[in-house]
Amino acid sequence: MDILSNIPPHLFRMIIAVAVVLGFVFANATVMGYLERKLAGRFQRRLGPMEVGWHGILQMPVDGIKLIAKQLIVPDNVAGILFYVAPLIAMSPVALPFLVIPFAPGLQVIDLDVGAIFVLTMISFNTVAVFLAGWSSNNNYAMIGAMRAVAQNIAYEIPILLSVLAIGLMTNTFSMKGIIEAQKSIWFIIVQPAAFIMMFICSIAETNRAPFDLPEAESELTAGFHTEYSGIAFSLFMIAEYTYMFVNCCLVATLFLGGWKGIPLPFGDYSSCIWFFAKVYFLMFVIVWCRWTFPRVRFDQLMNFAWKYLIPFSLVNLLITAILVKLL
Amino acid sequence: MHFYQIIAEIIFWLLVLITIGGGFLAIGARMLIHSLMGLSITFLGVAGLYIYLGSFFISLLQVLIYGGAICIVLVFGIMVGYTPRQIVETRIRGENLLLAVPTCGLAVALLYFAIRRTGWVPAAQRLADYSIERVGHTLLYDFCLGFELISLLLLVGMIGAIIVVNSQEEESGGQ
Repeated sequence: MDILSNIPPHLFRMIIAVAVVLGFVFANATVMGYLERKLAGRFQRRLGPMEVGWHGILQMPVDGIKLIAKQLIVPDNVAGILFYVAPLIAMSPVALPFLVIPFAPGLQVIDLDVGAIFVLTMISFNTVAVFLAGWSSNNNYAMIGAMRAVAQNIAYEIPILLSVLAIGLMTNTFSMKGIIEAQKSIWFIIVQPAAFIMMFICSIAETNRAPFDLPEAESELTAGFHTEYSGIAFSLFMIAEYTYMFVNCCLVATLFLGGWKGIPLPFGDYSSCIWFFAKVYFLMFVIVWCRWTFPRVRFDQLMNFAWKYLIPFSLVNLLITAILVKLL
Repeated sequence: MHFYQIIAEIIFWLLVLITIGGGFLAIGARMLIHSLMGLSITFLGVAGLYIYLGSFFISLLQVLIYGGAICIVLVFGIMVGYTPRQIVETRIRGENLLLAVPTCGLAVALLYFAIRRTGWVPAAQRLADYSIERVGHTLLYDFCLGFELISLLLLVGMIGAIIVVNSQEEESGGQ
């Protein structure tokens, strides 16, 4: 009993917070999975899932149960422990960005002075997981997918950092809360439209989604880096992808769309939270929209786009921002 | 001992274990890729130790640049430079001992003298701040020469890479 009373209440709070965040991660993946299939159907003049529940609303939970119950099929000659560790590495850092994301004025765990960099750091970790998965699978398609993912992520991380840096020059801080406060009068999407567009394109590319889904191009590489994964290992990759999508959209909404700010709604303290989620899910809708509208680009086009256009443009953008900040 | 202190001690020694264990994995692994994974684990451990020293910013950059970018670039180098069979079969143990031992000896000696000459103050007793402003100020005002010399080193490295690639292309008939 003595030990139990010595345990500080913070520890219980931490455990509850972890449980809530993980619950949200899974719920987000379920909702987005359903929305994506439904929207894909609509964009292609189909109905999407209709059978399970009202308008197929129970499709994703049923699929989830199926994936959890399925046997994990491990091919011969996979690279031992790395094969099992890769989905865990993909999954484990996804909960950390929730520490600094400001959902509402009072709903942020810690307000780090390097919040935006923290989120980017955690997002960049996905590359390691994708590479390990592809390399350890002992499969040529998976290997090619992994190599593409690595090249793509190196290329597209630079313009993201440069765009965030442009915002940092204007706000003098990387704290998520500070950046939202700096947008009191005007959203940064109006001040920095080029940075917004580049950041949004790069965040689609960072999450490996179409039209930049070369690492898992199903018409060329079966399923790319997760070809050999089945059951829960595969679904961990999918959940991680949807969560990275959510985190990326949170970052874009915070940096450029004013975060929780918006026209006052009649819900008291909840209205800022509603605004934040509305912006984030609108951005996610746009990402899904892009995926089912644009054709997949070729790999050399993808790399050229990053190195010849995005990086020079974001450098010029940074330079102009620096000069203007100094002058004004 | 207070509960927080116990947790802090446990995490500290875990981080030390991760750092040293990753280092052993990096030099002892049979496969090149496993060595690389060991290296990245070491980087993560060092990043954790930076948090213990009070600088969250440096720790994040350690993860972003070393754990993320440098390791990924090394992966790229390995994957582009070798065929998959070579990656599996390359044994780097025991090669270049003649160069490796003096280099390591020199590095250890330099570190030893640096450690001996530094007046150490426990992190808890220091009252300096380690925010981005402070780090930037230190790098660009107090240690400006070192900072610029590092960028010169990077430039030399890049030129060297270009020369190496060009000379290889000439040898193989300018493909």
